[in-house]
This record gives sequence, C-alpha cells and structure tokens, in this order.
Amino acid sequence: MTFKQYIRRAWPLYVMLIPGVVFVLLFRYYPMYGIVIAFQDFSPAKGFFNSPWIGWENFEFFFSLPDFGRTFGNTLFIAIAKIVADQIGAIILALLLNEARVLLFRRSIQTLIYLPYFLSWIVLGGILLDVLAPHGILNQAIGNFGIKPQLFLGSNDWFRGTIILSGFWKNVGFSTIIYLAALTAINPVLHEAAAIDGAGRLRRIWHITLPGIRPTIVLLAALSLGDVLEAGFEQILTLYSPAVYRTGDIIDTYVYRVGLVSAQYSLAGAVGLFKSFIGFFLIVLSYWLADRYAGYRIL
Amino acid sequence: MIRESSRFSRLFDSLNYVFLTAFALLCLAPMVHIFAVSLSGRAPATAGFVSFFPIDFTLENYNEVMGSRTFLRSFNISVIRVLTGTSLNMALIILTAYPLSKTPRAFKGRTLFIWFFVFAMLFHGGLIPTFLVVRSLGLLNTLGALILPNALPIFSMILMMNFFRNVPKELEESALIDGASHWRVLWHIYLPLSLPAIATLTLLSAVNHWNAWFDALIYMTDTANYPMQTYLRSVVVELDLTNVGIDPRDLQRLSDRAIRGAQIIVATVPILVVYPFLQRYFISGIRLGAVKE
Repeated sequence: MTFKQYIRRAWPLYVMLIPGVVFVLLFRYYPMYGIVIAFQDFSPAKGFFNSPWIGWENFEFFFSLPDFGRTFGNTLFIAIAKIVADQIGAIILALLLNEARVLLFRRSIQTLIYLPYFLSWIVLGGILLDVLAPHGILNQAIGNFGIKPQLFLGSNDWFRGTIILSGFWKNVGFSTIIYLAALTAINPVLHEAAAIDGAGRLRRIWHITLPGIRPTIVLLAALSLGDVLEAGFEQILTLYSPAVYRTGDIIDTYVYRVGLVSAQYSLAGAVGLFKSFIGFFLIVLSYWLADRYAGYRIL
Repeated sequence: MIRESSRFSRLFDSLNYVFLTAFALLCLAPMVHIFAVSLSGRAPATAGFVSFFPIDFTLENYNEVMGSRTFLRSFNISVIRVLTGTSLNMALIILTAYPLSKTPRAFKGRTLFIWFFVFAMLFHGGLIPTFLVVRSLGLLNTLGALILPNALPIFSMILMMNFFRNVPKELEESALIDGASHWRVLWHIYLPLSLPAIATLTLLSAVNHWNAWFDALIYMTDTANYPMQTYLRSVVVELDLTNVGIDPRDLQRLSDRAIRGAQIIVATVPILVVYPFLQRYFISGIRLGAVKE
C-alpha cells in the first residue's frame, strides 16, 4: 500500500481523533502546564506566563507548617483503613452470598446493598447528618441502652470511624460484585469431589472457594495501592467541620480551602502538585504490580 | 449439586440468611428513616418521634418542595446537564475509541496517541490549575464548565476501545474492500455490535452527571446556576434556608427537617428509576470491561 492509498483510506481515523485530542489538550494538558504556579507567586492578573518565579518557596513553607503532617497523616490513615475494611468486607459478603442458595434471596440482598453506591455524597451526607445528629435516630437508639448522645460527626473521637463506616456503607456492596463474578468461575466439580471426600462447609470454603478467588484478591490489592492518597474528598467535604480538622482534614480538602476559599493559589497548587506527583507513581506502580502478579492490563 | 444435611450445615445456613438479611436492612434503614420523616407532620418530625413509619401522614412536604421555584430550577439544570453532558461524553468516547482500537499498521501513530491519552489519565494538573484554566476560558457560570472539562472520560474510552477490539475483523475488512469508508464501518458495523457496552457507559455517564456537585460549587459563582445536587448541598448540608425558595410562613406548619427529607428523596428518584437497568448493564459491564483475567 502506498502512502497515498493509506491516506485515502485512513484519513477519517485522524479526523475522528481531533475532538478528543482538543479537549484533552485544553482541559488536561493545559492545567498540567498550570502547575508552574506552584513555583510562582501567582496572581490571576498576570496569569501562568507572567507571574514571578520564586522556586521552591511554596513547598518549603508548606513543609514547615503543622498542616503538612496533619493532612498527610489523616489522608493515609483514612484511605488505608477504608481499603482494608472495604476489601475484607467485600470478600466476606461475597462468600456468604455465594453460600446462600435461594436465588431470589441472593438477588434481593444484592439489590439492597448495591444501592448506596449509586447515590451522591450529598444525598448520603444529607441522610447521615440527620441520622447521626445529636437528637437523631441513632443517638435515640443508643439512648435506650443508657448511653449518652455522641457527636458522631462533630468530635475527633468519632469522626474518622464515621467516615470509614459510611464509606463502607456506600462502597462495599459494589466491591462484592467483582468477587462474586470470580466465585461463579469456580468449577462446582471441585466442591462435589471435596464433599464426597467428607469435607464440610467451612473446609470447602477455606480450601476451594478462597484459593479460587485468590487471583482477584491479589489484583484488587495491587490496584488499591493507587488509592492510598484518596481518602474520599467529596465525602469528607460534605461531612466535616472545623471542629474535626485535627482528625478529618485531608490533603484534598486542605487544597480546596487554601486555594479556592482563601485564594492562595500558589500554596494550594504546590500542595496539589506534591500529591499528584506521589499519586502518579503510586498508580503506575499499582498497574505494574497488577500486570506482574495478576496478569491485568488496561490496554 | 451437593445436598447439605448435617446439623452444622443447616445451622450455618440459618445464621447466614439471618446475617445477610440483617446487614441488608441495616444498609437500607437510614434511607427508610428519612423517607418516613419526609411523609410526617410537623410536630412528630421536629420532635424526633418518627422511626421507620410516618406519623401524621402527609404529602404536604412534597407539595412544598415541588412548588419551590428554586428547587425546580435546579432540577431543570440537572436534567439539561445530564442530556447534553452524556451525549457529549458518548460522542467523544466512541469517536476516540474507534481509531485507537485499530492496529498500529492500520492506524499509524496509534501508540503515540494512546500514550497521549493514558498519560492524561494518570497524571493530573490538580484542582487549582484546572480551576484557573476553566476560569480563564470564560466558562464560569456556564453549562460548559460542567460538561466540557471532562468531555472525554478517558477510562471509559479505554473500556470502549477494548470492546471495539473484540469486534470480528472479517466484517470490517470485507466492508473496506467493498469500498466502505471508516465512517460507514463505525456506524453500520461497530455501533450495532457494541450496544451493550454503549448502554453501560451511557448509564455510567448519566449517573455521574446527575450526581456531580463539586464542579458546580466552584464554577458557579451565582447560586441560581446550581444543579440539583449542589443546590441540595446548600439546603441539607449547610442548612441554609435563606436560599431555599420556600415561603417562611410555610415553616410554621411544616417541619424543615421533613422538607429536607423530601428533597433528598426527590433527588434520589431518578436514580431509583434507572436502578434496574444500572444493575443489569453496569454490573455485567464491570465484568466484561474492567476485570479481564
């Protein structure tokens, strides 16, 4: 095929790509250029191109603040606790659902536990703010056992626990889907053979079902590495308050407040860049591990 | 099929059914509670007497919400956003995925373009630079700020591309030999064969647009431009009743708590309407696209 023939056939392929390339250049790559503000004393009037350069000053300033340790500590703590709770919960739920043999029952339970995943944090947050309020239904319920009302969202003792549990509520049902899919791939003959050899329920779960989904567990563990800086921005922004900044303020909420509420663009840009930078390596590492140990590729 | 008959096994089954039922009900309980509150009269709702059944049953709270101009306006904005945003997403997903699903021989430069998109997916400029770009383009307070920045969801595009790659090549080759252009091949061969994937990604995009609220919070400086979820945030999270568009006199006879509950429920109804489809397509979509083993 000559070059001319190639062009005559293939030119529509290039035309099709134009809109996608334009949007990605404008809204992804141009902002990437915009990270120069982290090294500038940025002012909107002068823009990305004319603001004065100040080197690493913004970073040095941020690292010297107590906010640095606090936000990174909170982010890592909440994100890792969420990943662990979500994965373990999803595995247990998938195993139990797999043991329930009445199909209609299984379907109904799944329908109920997937639902929160599709609701926004505003809807779920609105529900939680009512349910967990000092005079809300949960405090009334524990009051019946003589326990004093607790500030589930307003006290540093409770806030992280509330965030982790409510994140579990939203996501765990959905996380079970992938495990359930892996469970259906296990050959039932294995179970029958083990039953004939006298293996009871628990032994079959332990020796057949769990090893059967091990590749999936490894895969999701590898991929979750990309999420250890994602503590749940929309959730925390909806539920937190200044009273719980000590335990609940994460990098993303900090960037939002410093950058968009107080308009300290350069400082917030530096913090955001620091996070994007680490996040990029975490994601690349997680994809590499997923490919290496679970044969997973997105491309 | 194994028949379980031992006593332990039957005990296990009973406990399993009880546990799963209890867990599912616990997941649902907060929503049922809010639903009951939204259907209750002022006194029991304010005093916190309502648990899972309405007391002094009334539809007045819903009347009030549906009569609020601010609420209806934000609802409209959300509907427009979902329709335009989802169409734009799907057009770009399909147009971008098709060339990238070709081999590097059939489409020279494919590898370069793939990395152009993948890098943009993995590395973000971050919140602040993105905000500054959107603002400098003059998009504040326009619908464009909500649908243009993520006009091409790259991960969805990659799922679509992987789906396209599994379309049998013979169909396409014979069509091209017969003189059909790539436009015709995409339209008459790829699209009809990819309807399940398209349905899945359309639903995903629509739900994302319906649920999105943060972008409008930062890009809409005029609250009159808020879509549903962002408006709902000012009402149920910030408890700002000045901007609700509800007649203060009505709060004498209705509970603000019950009105908030009614707004939460109304915002949830569209999701409930598509929920059966979401379950069917989305869950099978997850299996076929995201987890290839």
